[in-house]
Amino acid sequence: MNDSTEQQPKRSWWRRLSDGLKRTSSSLGSAVADLVVKRKLDRAMLDDIEDVLLRADLGTDVSARIAAAVGEGRYDKSISADEVKAVVATEVEKVLAAVAQPLAIDDARKPFVVLVVGVNGSGKTTTIGKLASRFRAEGRKVMLAAGDTFRAAAVEQLKIWGERTNVPVIARGQGADAAGLAFDALIAAKADGIDVLLIDTAGRLQNKAELMNELEKVVRVMKKVDAEAPHAVLLVLDATVGQNALSQADAFRKTAGVTGLVMTKLDGTARGGILVALSAKYALPVHFIGVGEGIDDLAPFTAKDFARAIAGIE
Amino acid sequence: MFDNLSERLGGILDRLTRRGALTEADVDAAMREVRRALLEADVALEVVRSFTDKVREQAVGATVVKSVTPGQMVVKIVHDQLVETLGSDSQTIDLNAPAPIAIMMVGLQGSGKTTTTAKLARRLTDRDKRRVLMASLDTRRPAAMEQLAVLGRDVNVETLPIMQGQTPPQIAQRALQAARLGGYDIVLLDTAGRTTLDEAMMAEAAEVKGAANPHEVLLVADSLTGQDAVNLARAFNERVGLTGIVLTRVDGDGRGGAALSMRSVTGKPIKLIGTGEKTDALEDFHPGRIAGRILGMGDVVSLVEKAAANIDAEKAARVAEKMRKGKFDLADMREQLLQMQKMGGLGGLMGMLPGVAKMKNQLATANLDDKVLKRQVAVIDSMTREERRNPDILKNSRKKRISSGSGVKVEEINKLLKMHRNMADMMKAMGQGKRGPMAALGNMMGFGGGGGMPSPEQMKELAEKMPGGLPKEFPGTLPPGGLPGLPGLGGKPTLPGLGGFPGLGKKK
Repeated sequence: MNDSTEQQPKRSWWRRLSDGLKRTSSSLGSAVADLVVKRKLDRAMLDDIEDVLLRADLGTDVSARIAAAVGEGRYDKSISADEVKAVVATEVEKVLAAVAQPLAIDDARKPFVVLVVGVNGSGKTTTIGKLASRFRAEGRKVMLAAGDTFRAAAVEQLKIWGERTNVPVIARGQGADAAGLAFDALIAAKADGIDVLLIDTAGRLQNKAELMNELEKVVRVMKKVDAEAPHAVLLVLDATVGQNALSQADAFRKTAGVTGLVMTKLDGTARGGILVALSAKYALPVHFIGVGEGIDDLAPFTAKDFARAIAGIE
Repeated sequence: MFDNLSERLGGILDRLTRRGALTEADVDAAMREVRRALLEADVALEVVRSFTDKVREQAVGATVVKSVTPGQMVVKIVHDQLVETLGSDSQTIDLNAPAPIAIMMVGLQGSGKTTTTAKLARRLTDRDKRRVLMASLDTRRPAAMEQLAVLGRDVNVETLPIMQGQTPPQIAQRALQAARLGGYDIVLLDTAGRTTLDEAMMAEAAEVKGAANPHEVLLVADSLTGQDAVNLARAFNERVGLTGIVLTRVDGDGRGGAALSMRSVTGKPIKLIGTGEKTDALEDFHPGRIAGRILGMGDVVSLVEKAAANIDAEKAARVAEKMRKGKFDLADMREQLLQMQKMGGLGGLMGMLPGVAKMKNQLATANLDDKVLKRQVAVIDSMTREERRNPDILKNSRKKRISSGSGVKVEEINKLLKMHRNMADMMKAMGQGKRGPMAALGNMMGFGGGGGMPSPEQMKELAEKMPGGLPKEFPGTLPPGGLPGLPGLGGKPTLPGLGGFPGLGKKK
């Protein structure tokens, strides 16, 4: 199915990220280059820098803050395009450095339970497929639980990922109780000596109280089997999402106790600047970024590279 | 989070005491806030720029109507311009073509194409009485075709049998062939999305378009999309050629600025909006409503319509009649609570009221969710008929019985009773009001036969009952001919039911 992408020569994830952020960075790169060639850093230029950041979804507050930081100490001095990019990259990195943390699997937990949540269409199921492949490659025993019992064919989609990665999938029919399924999956995983249990959930908009309550129940029920579970709760965000990501992070944090973020679809046009705004506001760790449709297209998040890519430094 | 634009502009412009024309300096100050509000609503920067330029042009020198503050004046200009940009009339799917009409759905992965396809199929079948065939051209995502097939069974619409190994244009042709032979009116083609705007996707979409010659090409786009919305819409429009846009996840709490961006760069109308997970949650697009939402002004028109559709008019009329006579008992209140649940619960209702966003947040923090409604109904259900008719007889022993019957504490029962008293008083007062344009709504919701405008004292009383008081823009406080976002209210808006939101009085 994913033949075209899988046959492509393997590129380094950094290359992929750069390519992925190309649209963002080239617009930042060229815009910055346009505006600073042989100019003094003045108010108008800082406004332009701010605009560029806004266009990358960094949001009004963070954009203004970074633009101000760029201006600090450099105001009224001549500055080159490269310098501006470097400063922007440094400032973005400052915001992101604290949140770039790998997802640590605690081997003492058997199984280590990862719950994956997010709004509809953010890429939860695909992310689980990629995570399964990654953990398998690390030599762990993985199990998947098809907790999206709402969307048509979501269970089938996860089963296909299970086959691809050669990982067992616990599933029930569409419309089954997601909390009950999570409970059963956790018991099964314990019995089978599984290392990592990845639990899918149905996509839900964060302002739907009854769906958020259902998610809360999934978490609550799991605690009956393992008081510490879920050990990680990943919020999956679509890179094209705008300022609403802030509201998503807040709501899922409150309901499901999100421990980290995964940003998907960062290949191509996607922007992902909202990560900077998110990190400034909630300081949630960013574990992975999805940079393609292939099974291996999931990269750990590194602040420096991401910041450089956003600033358009090749 | 952000407050609504009118509040924010109020902060800047209300300081100006002088009246008359808006000066350039006033407008500049206001435009900075407008720009920020639009950016926070995810309107793309380039669109924000051209938009604020247009507004500035109109605003400088505009005479401020006497009874309106400069802030309200600017909001009006912004709102009117938003509506104009979004398209002043709503356009829907064009079915004026020989059968079978092909409708092609394009968009990024996860934008909601497949779900929207099924919703559209249901709408065309149920509402327009057409025979519809759906075909999934998504040969890439695991189980995408199965998803459409399952949805097809749910909505009772045929899907093209899955045949492995065909290319998307081949499937499209097979679908049209099957439609011709089977006598279908409409063929919905659900194309594959990509995670990104890549050339392969565009080429495939263009190829499908060439093969199927669709009458409509609809871009399905997530209303939560950020700044990228412009690139997305522009790319699809240039490469594939769109006839319209479908916005999904409009039921989320996003501001929907993407709508403005996409409409503005493509000039193509937004034809439909997805407003829920169920297959009937697909509605016509009304520019005025999204405009109000981008500005945080609520959606009174939708509220009225929703009320009309969901409420049992006869029952409501009975309640209204009782209320006019000043007899509003707990059984009537129970009806009220149930009807509120039908209208999407507190959250749904509050979100549609202008200026209530702030209060909504307070409600959220107060943990006031729809369960409260259910619990309150349970309390009333645990009462005898006599008690419901005459709550005054409820003394301690009866309350204890009700408490164990409904599983809530006695304090909660007291709260409910207090709320009922407030509601009854309010309704009695409203019932004596004059007939107004909102009388119909008042009746439907069973609040006061007159449905007139609450007097200032009543508004004040309302404010006291609500946490945090009334938002500044509460329509009742507006001068006649106030905000354009409230069409049909004629400056005499009443918000029936606010007095009765259960539980509002209890958290302070």
